[in-house]
Amino acid sequence: MSNTTTSVPPPTRTAASRNLGLIAIFGSIVLALLGLFFTAEDVDQGSSVRIMYVHVPTAWVAYLAFVFTAVCSAGHLWGRKHSLNLDRLAGASAEVGVIFMGVTLVTGSLWGRLSWGTYWQWDPRLTTTAFLFVTYVGYLAVRGLGGTQHQRAKRSAIVALFAVLEIPLVHFSVLLWRSLHQEATVLRPNGDVKMDGLMLFSLVFGVAVFTTIFAWLVLHRNRVLALVDAVELRGIDAALEARRAEEVPS
Amino acid sequence: MSASRVVGVARAVASKDLRIEWRSRVMTNQVLPFAAIVMVLFAFALDNDGILQRVAPGLVWMATLFTSLVVVQRSFAVESADSAIDALRLAGVPSHGVYLGKVAALVAQLVVFEAVLAMLALILYRVNVDLHGAVLLVTTCVLGSVGIAALAAVYGGLSVAGRGRETLLPLLLLPAVAPVLIGATRATESAFGSDGARTVEGWPWVGLLAVFGAIFLFGGTLGFGPLTDE
Repeated sequence: MSNTTTSVPPPTRTAASRNLGLIAIFGSIVLALLGLFFTAEDVDQGSSVRIMYVHVPTAWVAYLAFVFTAVCSAGHLWGRKHSLNLDRLAGASAEVGVIFMGVTLVTGSLWGRLSWGTYWQWDPRLTTTAFLFVTYVGYLAVRGLGGTQHQRAKRSAIVALFAVLEIPLVHFSVLLWRSLHQEATVLRPNGDVKMDGLMLFSLVFGVAVFTTIFAWLVLHRNRVLALVDAVELRGIDAALEARRAEEVPS
Repeated sequence: MSASRVVGVARAVASKDLRIEWRSRVMTNQVLPFAAIVMVLFAFALDNDGILQRVAPGLVWMATLFTSLVVVQRSFAVESADSAIDALRLAGVPSHGVYLGKVAALVAQLVVFEAVLAMLALILYRVNVDLHGAVLLVTTCVLGSVGIAALAAVYGGLSVAGRGRETLLPLLLLPAVAPVLIGATRATESAFGSDGARTVEGWPWVGLLAVFGAIFLFGGTLGFGPLTDE
C-alpha cells in the first residue's frame, strides 16, 4: 500500500548530519578544555570569565536563530510556492533559539552575580534579551495553535515578522528609558574588555562550535517536524512503512 | 479597491462593534468596575500616599494594559461567536477595512477607560494636572491606545482561528506593547508632574508613541488579512 502521490519523508539521519554532529561533539570537548583549563583567569573577573565561553556563543546562536526564523518566515510568505519546509525550518530554528536564549539568560545572570554582585541589571541589552525570549516563547505557542499546516505556516510567519518589528522598538524604548535613570557606572556591563590571545581564540572558537551545534539541532529538528507533518497528512501507518523502508537489513 | 470603500468598511465595522458594546453593557457593567477595582487594589498593595502619587502614571497604564486584554478578548469573542467573522469574510469586504474598523472601535473604548482611570488617579492617588498637562495627557491616551489597539487587533485576529487563545493573547501582547507602557508612563508622569517631572519633557515620549502606532498600524493593515483569511 505504497503512497505514490506524496514523496517519502527525508530520514532523520544522513552521513553529512552525522559528521556535523561528530564535529559538534569534538568541538564541544575542545571548547570545554580550553575554557576550563587552558585559558588563564581574568585579572578582574577571576574564573567567572570562563562563563563567557558559553554565554557569548549561546547569545550569538540565539540571535542567529531568530534572524534565521525571520528569513525563513519571509521566504515562506513571499515565496511563490509558500514552502512548508521553510516554515518548519523557521519553527525548528526558533525552538533552538529559545533554548539557547534561556541558557544565555541563566549564564548571564550567574556571571552578573559574580561580577556585578547582582543577578539582574535593567540594562537595555539584558532587557531586550529577556523580551526576545518571551516573544519567541509566544511565537512557539502560536505554532501550536492547530489548524492545517498551511494555516500554521502563514500564521506563524506573520507573528515572526511582527516579532522582528517589535524587538528594535523594545530595545530603543528601553534605551531611552534607561538613559533617564543612569545607574552607577561600576555595574554597567562593558563590552571593551581586554583579552589575551587564547581567551579571544576560545571565544571565537566557542561561537563556531555553538553555530555547528545550532546547525545540527535545526537540521534534525526540521526532519522530525517534517515527519510529524507527514504523519499528520498520511496517517501513522504510511509513515511507519516509510521508516521501515529506510532501515536496510544488513 | 478604493480608499473610500476601505474607510466605509472600517466605519461600518467600528460602529457595529461600538453598538454591540453599547447595547450589551458588558463594558460599562463589567469591565469598568474591573478597571476601578484594579486601581483600588494598587492602593492596598502599595499602602503609602507618597508612593502612590509618585507611581500613579505607571499604575494607570498597567491598569490600562490589563483592561485592554479584556477588551480585546471581548472584541474578538464577538467575531468568533456564531462564526460572525465568516460572514464578514463572505461579504467580500477588504480585510484591512475590517482591521481598521476593529482598531478604531478598540481605540474608542480604550480612551474611555483611560479617561476613567486617570480620573480615578486624580481622586484616589491625589495627583494634579494643569491645562498643558491635560493636553499632553489626552494626546498620550489617544496615541497610546492606537499603539495598543493596532497590535492587539492583529493578535486578537489570531484568536479567531485558534484554540488556547485566551491564554495566548497576554503572552503575545504584553511584551510587544512594552514600548507603549514605557512611553505612555513617562509622558503621563510629565502630565501629572510626578517626581518633579516638567510637562514639556513628556512630548518626546509622545513622539515614541506616534512612531509605534504608525509602524504597527501599517504592519497590522498588511498582516491582518492573511491572518484571518484562512
